[in-house]
Amino acid sequence: MSERVAVRKTYKLFIGGKFPRSESGRSYLVQDANVSLASRKDARDAVVAARAAVKGWAGATAYNRGQVLYRVAEMLEGRREQFVALGVPGDEVDAAVDRWVWYAGWSDKLAQVYGGANPVAGPYFNLSAPEPTGVVAVVAPERPALLGLVSVIAPAVVTGNTVVVAASPTEPLAAVTLAEVLATSDLPGGVVNILTGRLSETVPTLAAHMDVNAIDLTGVTDAEQAADLEVRAAENLKRVLRPAPADHDWFADPGLTRMTALLETKTVWHPKGV
Amino acid sequence: MTATATSARSDLSELGRSETALRTFLHGLPGVDQVGAEQRAAQLGTRSIKTTAKAQAIDLAIRMVDLTTLEGADTPGKVRALATKALRPDPADPSCPHVGAVCVYPAMVPYVAEVLRGSQVHLASVATAFPSGQAPLEVKLADTRAAVEAGADEIDMVINRGAFLAGRYSEVYDEIVATKEACGDAHLKVILETGELATYDNVRRASWLAMLAGADFIKTSTGKVPVAATPPVTLVMLEAVRDFRAATGRQVGVKPAGGIRTTKDAIKYLVMVNETVGPDWLDPDWFRFGASSLLNDLLMQRTKLKTGVYSGPDYFTLD
Repeated sequence: MSERVAVRKTYKLFIGGKFPRSESGRSYLVQDANVSLASRKDARDAVVAARAAVKGWAGATAYNRGQVLYRVAEMLEGRREQFVALGVPGDEVDAAVDRWVWYAGWSDKLAQVYGGANPVAGPYFNLSAPEPTGVVAVVAPERPALLGLVSVIAPAVVTGNTVVVAASPTEPLAAVTLAEVLATSDLPGGVVNILTGRLSETVPTLAAHMDVNAIDLTGVTDAEQAADLEVRAAENLKRVLRPAPADHDWFADPGLTRMTALLETKTVWHPKGV
Repeated sequence: MTATATSARSDLSELGRSETALRTFLHGLPGVDQVGAEQRAAQLGTRSIKTTAKAQAIDLAIRMVDLTTLEGADTPGKVRALATKALRPDPADPSCPHVGAVCVYPAMVPYVAEVLRGSQVHLASVATAFPSGQAPLEVKLADTRAAVEAGADEIDMVINRGAFLAGRYSEVYDEIVATKEACGDAHLKVILETGELATYDNVRRASWLAMLAGADFIKTSTGKVPVAATPPVTLVMLEAVRDFRAATGRQVGVKPAGGIRTTKDAIKYLVMVNETVGPDWLDPDWFRFGASSLLNDLLMQRTKLKTGVYSGPDYFTLD
């Protein structure tokens, strides 16, 4: 019996529900695996895919989005061993699964907590409802590679935003494997797009991109770089989430701010009849 | 001019007089190597056009756009807005050139003419029972005359595909000649509707037929059938206008229409023009794009080159 030939895996980008190589053709080595090195053109393509997905995803019912996120949790649970084999601690995978479930539950409740009827001095019904802001660029925290990534993606997409994520450059394998989970979870293509590679190539492009509505700088560690990105983001008044402090506890209760920071409030005045 | 060229020219002008001569000539044209044409078109699409060359190509492509709206739902307000956009595609940047022409249905021509009066932008109108061309000849000619009287200086006619495919070439020829006459001073673009012609050989024959009958431009498609302009079809048509000029000395323009939506696609076509027929055709007088959504993508790419920042559809008009 001859020995089996090893099947070596290439870790590719995740754009528009597909797994393309970088258009630049470049890759880099992480843990003996080839990982695509995304260029600014990949970032541009990812924004196009994310923009195309906004209408369908934001237009889906909150209930439906919750179901899809719960499905992601199910699929992630089934691939627990795969993440452990990549070096992700078991309790971190469990926490990541729980986080998907936690945010899935918020999908049809956030509007009641964060929106509602406003008392006004006139014969009107005045109602405020939170709506997704659109395309969100996210810089994922460097570590924890899986829990950190899930903790920034889930709150953005649960409300109907679509995201372009720059994954941790040093630990991208968990991100690409999470992309495989997302691709098999009824999540429409383009809702989550994941870029691997150097942050210095993709993130400034995303921060300056006029068709991106918000940027989450969580994973940016250098204060000067963060300031530069905020300046770029100011050009089209993107919503900005500032970098997380170095000692941030990713296992703690995440609270609502990650969801609410990426929403727009729509207020409707409706005349009251008899 | 050599004696052979002169006699060839007189021979060609005689062709329209008899169905047999026309058929013999059109069927005597060399066949198109389908695989070769597709490969050549694909190969020309791989050229990399960057920086200053790209900026130049984008401006040229903007000048070549026939900004088109051919919807049942067109209103005077909508076509006026489109015509205004044709004059100044990017209101934020005065250095942005105007487009080649605005293309509308005959009923909308007067409203566009008001806006375009005094400008360099041409006014094209489809005519001859666009898009099917299935109407009696008198109706088609009346359609054409009405559009010209209303102010159109370019007429986009459709050929009678039914007659062409049935092999009644004289009928198609005579219709084009009659329409050309009805156009008066207006330029005549002849739409071959290549998506319905089935083979590249037919595209080549139809191109020659239209040019022999006096077309100023040959245009691929109406944009109303599933298959519109493709690079190989455009390549075959470009070869036809090149050979036609070599045979007769008369230059005819080419207009791919439908399905060209991105700057990348447009630049591929410009490369093909330059490589097939040369820089003589790299001018809005000889090459046009029939498109509507292409213009916004060109403007976005233009903005990206100027500012270094990717732009988005939010910053350009919806049309």
